[in-house]
Amino acid sequence: MATNDKKTKGVLVDLTRCIGCRGCQVACKSWNERSVTPTAVSGSFTNPKQLNADTYTHIRFVENEKDGAPVWSFVKDQCMHCKEPACASACPVGALKKTASGAVTYTFEKCIGCRYCMLACPFYIPKYEWSKVLPWVQKCTFCSERLGEDKQPACVKVCPTGTMFFGNLDDVNGEAEKRIKQNPGKYVNHIYGKEEAGGTSWIYLSAVPFDALGFNMKVMRVKHPDLTWNYISKIPAVVGLVLTAGAVTWAITRRMNAEKGDKS
Amino acid sequence: MKSHSEIKMWTPSTVLFVLLIALGGIVIAYRLLYGLGAATNLNDRFPWGLWIGIDVLGGVAMAAGGFLIAGAVYILNWKKYKPIVRPAILNAFFGYALAATAIMFDIGLPHRIWHPVVMWQIGSVMWVVAIHVVLYTTTLATESSPMVFEKFKMRGALRAVEKIMVPIVLFGILLSVLHQSSLGAVYLITPGKLSHLWYNSSLPTLFLISAIMMGLSMVSLESIISGRAFGHAPDKDILSGLARGVLITTVVYLLAKISFLATGPGIGAAFAGTMEANMYLLEMAVSVLLPLALLAMKSTLESESRLLLVNILVVVGVLINRMNVSIFGVYRDQAATGMSYFPSFMEFIVTLSFISMAVVGFKISVKYFRVLPDPKA
Repeated sequence: MATNDKKTKGVLVDLTRCIGCRGCQVACKSWNERSVTPTAVSGSFTNPKQLNADTYTHIRFVENEKDGAPVWSFVKDQCMHCKEPACASACPVGALKKTASGAVTYTFEKCIGCRYCMLACPFYIPKYEWSKVLPWVQKCTFCSERLGEDKQPACVKVCPTGTMFFGNLDDVNGEAEKRIKQNPGKYVNHIYGKEEAGGTSWIYLSAVPFDALGFNMKVMRVKHPDLTWNYISKIPAVVGLVLTAGAVTWAITRRMNAEKGDKS
Repeated sequence: MKSHSEIKMWTPSTVLFVLLIALGGIVIAYRLLYGLGAATNLNDRFPWGLWIGIDVLGGVAMAAGGFLIAGAVYILNWKKYKPIVRPAILNAFFGYALAATAIMFDIGLPHRIWHPVVMWQIGSVMWVVAIHVVLYTTTLATESSPMVFEKFKMRGALRAVEKIMVPIVLFGILLSVLHQSSLGAVYLITPGKLSHLWYNSSLPTLFLISAIMMGLSMVSLESIISGRAFGHAPDKDILSGLARGVLITTVVYLLAKISFLATGPGIGAAFAGTMEANMYLLEMAVSVLLPLALLAMKSTLESESRLLLVNILVVVGVLINRMNVSIFGVYRDQAATGMSYFPSFMEFIVTLSFISMAVVGFKISVKYFRVLPDPKA
């Protein structure tokens, strides 16, 4: 499952460059042929308010205050494409996979619909087609077919401000560090995704602290598959222990009963 | 042992159970025709609900009595418990049947329920869980088969099964230990979601211990209730033995829970007055503290109705624990974006219907097969 950071692709989302035009949202819908559903005025420019089975990415409009004046931030949400994804390790049938390109992809033909991926994902990314009789799990694919043809993801391609820096993950991480170093005071000193969930292929830079932007700060900085593998890897020992202890106990107690039977 | 063909089938409670089963059947048909979203209140932030919490996690924990009593009789050779080995195993079989049926309709694509058997993913706890459901349900069916072979006078098959019973029982113990703990391991991957009142790396062990508590209580509960319903008094010696088992496990569980609380979020977290803290206190009171207080009184061991109360408390308490882990403990984090979850009436009907199926299935088995010991002459 481990991938080579030199070959695997990644994206740096520099939130200071986003102007909230939502071109990425539209490009994503059209490339991935996701249907459009009517939405209602919600008191927020974020539309739809949450990612769903038909919306792999959206821009969240976050209003904060700085020196008494309102400050807008625009946050692009989509699958983080973890280096070692919780969802892929959780899947009982291998429907979700981390591919060599860096994309975490989904194969409907295998999926049984247990939705453990949805529980496992620390970023709440996989969504379900609740209204369908035979539902799919849906999430951002990193435009994996486009990656296969050496093309950028649709959202990166369409962005007019160069908010997203796409490249080999090594270069993407290097670029993030370079921007922090070369622009002292511009960014908060935190690359979101560098360590979260053991590292993700999509990472973020921001001028506003990430917790003020609604980023999930509770995500542990560990490879999530390890959390369950620590348990699974002990199973062979438990098998040996239970079988041996059981067999020995049986042999001893049978003998004890037989002796008791002799005496009486 | 003999079958109890004199048992009256259509008592008012059985009629109610059968009505519930029929209603459940209608809801399941609706769920299959219109999908999960139409039948349940599940959503993108709450992918798992009542069916996983009660039917699957609860049904499996309820079944732990099967491997414990089978182990006591066949491995520890405690022959005293022989009269309850068949009801305990049957009880477990219906617990697993309940869980398996619930999983079948909870997954989005029921026709692919067999996929894990051929698409191996050894790194997935869910795969481990799925394989154990398959293997252990088969094992329980094998362990229950003698009464069927007896009924239909299949002597060869009966002798063959009895010959391999010890290894089968041992295999069943292994599968149970792994399966009960695996269900706790499912939640190891949710460190940021599950409240730290419940989340810790020893969740698998805690699930196993609490399943043992609940399993022993279920067996005792079932002995007392079927004793009353089918008119034969349960053996006092067996009941007090089970009660001692519950007592010991409960003490171990209490110590484990306190130490994890102290080393984790701190004892004070349980008294923070939040919804989670209150649910934690409720769970501890019902599953551990009240049963311990009752069992500490010597008179409890003498009184069948007091023991019944202890058993009910433990069973309900462990069910609250499973609901806490699967719903209340993750609620705050999952509801952070304003989405909420409360089960739909159809979810409630299906849950009641599946539990009714287990009860009626047990009753029919008792009526037609030699499950219960002969009434004392």
